Amino acid sequence: MEARGASKIRSWLKLGLQSMLPQIIAIFLAFIVGAAVLLATGHSPIDAYSAMLRGALGDIFGIGQTFTQATPIIFTALAFLFAFRCGLFNIGAEGQLIVGALAAALVGISFSGLPAFVHIPIALLAGALAGGLWGFIPAILKTKLGAHEVITTMMLSYVATYLTSYMVNYPFKAPGWVAQTVPIATSAQLPHILEPTQLSASIFLAVGLAGLTYYTLQRTTLGYEVRATGLNPIAAENGGVNVHREMILALGISGAIAGLGGAGEVLGVHRRLIDGFSPGYGWDGLAVALVGGLNPVGVLLAAVLFGALRSGGMTMTRVTGVPLDIVTILQALVILFVTAPMLIRYLLRRGGYKR
Amino acid sequence: MLMNPAIQMKGIIKTFPGVLANDNIDFVVEKGEIQGLLGENGAGKTVLMSILYGLYPPDEGQIYVNGKEVTMHSPATAIRLGIGMVHQHFMLVPSLTVAENIILGREPTKDKILLDMDKTLKEVKASCESYNLEVDLKAPIYTLPVGIQQRVEILKALYRGAAILIMDEPTSVLTPQEATELFKAVRALKEKGKTVVFISHKLREVLSICDRITVLRRGKVVGTVRVGDTNLGELAKMMVGREVVYKFDKRLMKGREVVLKVESLKALDDRGLPALKGIDLEVHASEILGVAGVEGNGQTELVETLTGLRKTTEGRILLNYTEITGASPEERIRLGISHVPEDRYKRGLISDFSVMENLILGSHNRPPFAKWGVRLDFGETSKYAQKLISDFSIKTQSEDAPVRHLSGGTQQRVVLARELSREPKLIIASQPTRGLDVGATEFVRSKLVEMRNLGCAILLISADLDEIWALSDRIAVMYEGKVVAIKDPQKTDEEELGLLMAGGKSG
Repeated sequence: MEARGASKIRSWLKLGLQSMLPQIIAIFLAFIVGAAVLLATGHSPIDAYSAMLRGALGDIFGIGQTFTQATPIIFTALAFLFAFRCGLFNIGAEGQLIVGALAAALVGISFSGLPAFVHIPIALLAGALAGGLWGFIPAILKTKLGAHEVITTMMLSYVATYLTSYMVNYPFKAPGWVAQTVPIATSAQLPHILEPTQLSASIFLAVGLAGLTYYTLQRTTLGYEVRATGLNPIAAENGGVNVHREMILALGISGAIAGLGGAGEVLGVHRRLIDGFSPGYGWDGLAVALVGGLNPVGVLLAAVLFGALRSGGMTMTRVTGVPLDIVTILQALVILFVTAPMLIRYLLRRGGYKR
Repeated sequence: MLMNPAIQMKGIIKTFPGVLANDNIDFVVEKGEIQGLLGENGAGKTVLMSILYGLYPPDEGQIYVNGKEVTMHSPATAIRLGIGMVHQHFMLVPSLTVAENIILGREPTKDKILLDMDKTLKEVKASCESYNLEVDLKAPIYTLPVGIQQRVEILKALYRGAAILIMDEPTSVLTPQEATELFKAVRALKEKGKTVVFISHKLREVLSICDRITVLRRGKVVGTVRVGDTNLGELAKMMVGREVVYKFDKRLMKGREVVLKVESLKALDDRGLPALKGIDLEVHASEILGVAGVEGNGQTELVETLTGLRKTTEGRILLNYTEITGASPEERIRLGISHVPEDRYKRGLISDFSVMENLILGSHNRPPFAKWGVRLDFGETSKYAQKLISDFSIKTQSEDAPVRHLSGGTQQRVVLARELSREPKLIIASQPTRGLDVGATEFVRSKLVEMRNLGCAILLISADLDEIWALSDRIAVMYEGKVVAIKDPQKTDEEELGLLMAGGKSG
């Protein structure tokens, strides 16, 4: 039994590496092309990349910044992944993240005097519920009325953005110039785990959720039914799976995951809701889910890569004067190469690598 | 008398992994005639026509068009040779108008750049008039009923210069009225000297429209007959065959309790037209009730209604005297209904799931596989999967291999293993041996008989009369959404069944 377990783990590792090979190659290619761009614009790729690496992982501040940036992207990527496994394109993680942040902030500022072990869970739950609602609405529209979720989730994102913007500009605006709420109660704050950086306990939540997502998809009846629905709804229905129910659950859960990410940002990083706090974490999540090969472990790695690009990019700009746009170019290249599996497969074949 | 063949296909052989789709087929189409190609689904009609239209190359065999040997590289070659095809699923752009669709790919231009819409309209209008095919050329496609869309497909083929028109199951999507209109159009085409190949599995249709009919069965030509020299009964027999009947151990069983009772069941088809027009049936324990009939007479809808996949509009379904008319598919599975679906790739299996995952589909939410209704117990599922793999001789490397990699016969074993191993009370088996080779066919049939002998009630729907004959304790004949007769196999014969299947009265 022991030996069998060990060999199983080994074969999983091997399989995992094999299945991630295209992603690794894609990242490698992106950096090569990125180097060409740097050279063409008169910069030294070696200087730029080493500054970037130092900035991302060279000191405690960089590491903190890298993981702080990666955290919300893990949530939104898991959100996209979960719905995708049910055959649904949830491209509204941005909005679900934002309403999650709004709900958590409201709970965070509305109560005082609660013990932290009550206040934090309630605020997180509020975030998850709000995000879940933002996933539930398109799910109902899809299953009852046939409205395509790509349209509805995206539209609802705008609703979320403007609703939140209204909330922090009018009813819940803190005194002063900035469009933001007052700080949340200390009892609702998620602790910082790497002072002096902003990295908060939210990252534990994100990593735990990645594990839970994997477990749910692979080891539970819910995950089984979600995957069956995603792969072949007709056969799933024939096998007694209520396909509509699965879709509603999957989009709801997907929204809740993103909402939880938003709550984590408010409770852990900003400690208040600031208008426009998300620089597009929802969209990054979509890219990270793809780069991560649509599996939770891959998502963790890819999110750290994207976080590192963001935090390292700032240092690179400060030190070498290379514009920050190179980071956007690198991200775009990674996505481009990941979504061009034919090219990667061709390269693998040329390299004598056979499946 | 092969006077002037427009098309001649000789010795066509085409295999797909595990399937011999066309087995040495000779097929001739006379110029200016309407040639019928008759056969059940899976008999190889569409494959043969796809070869003719250049969609795939044959493994062996020659094709002659107007007496000259040709090689079909692609549909472009076929079109150049004057062959046009009207597919079962239309290839039209819904948002474009009729005229725009017709000229698509061959747009008339002014000065080689500008689209010449006036010229287009004039040209298209001319061909509409000469074939009596009336269409509003400026209407967008999506606003038109299916029958008119099909007319546009025909016009498109003619516009591209087709002299030979292949029509793949053209009436399958039409209402009876639309079908009548189509027949008029097809006759008009013939009068104008066009040649038509009319693919169908509907006997009456080919008899009423064709000059000559070639019957295919299991990838082989059964024969070619002139319409004047044949009749419904004979065609039905040719189509469903009369091979040597397999012998099975069918001990007489005593269990006469009613397992499935269906009372004046009605349901609609996908187009919202009545498909089941009041079905009454009883299936007893230890009995195989065979449902014979030419496909498209409501069999698919009957199965879907019984399994809960299609809504019942009227009538009742009882399983062991309990009404299940409104029950969900899941409840029906729990109550003991197993279903071997007609389309195993689409409905029977999740091809990207592993063998194991497929084997528990439908039981996945119950013990012993689901612990506390939530967690999947992999120890139990893989033990169960290994047992079924050996019991049903499923040829797979392991229970973790995706079923996508298995051959057709092995895939059907997976479906069968799953459906027969959850102690069903009623098994609904729909075309269970379609597309399978002789060995797999025999395996499936013997398993069904074994289940019967163990006390299961079995509803067997098959377009293959041999199968019905070999397995059934009683035979029900379906025609146009009704059970027109229930026969004792000892007291009937092929003649009578053929006649009943074709809508005639029994003697």
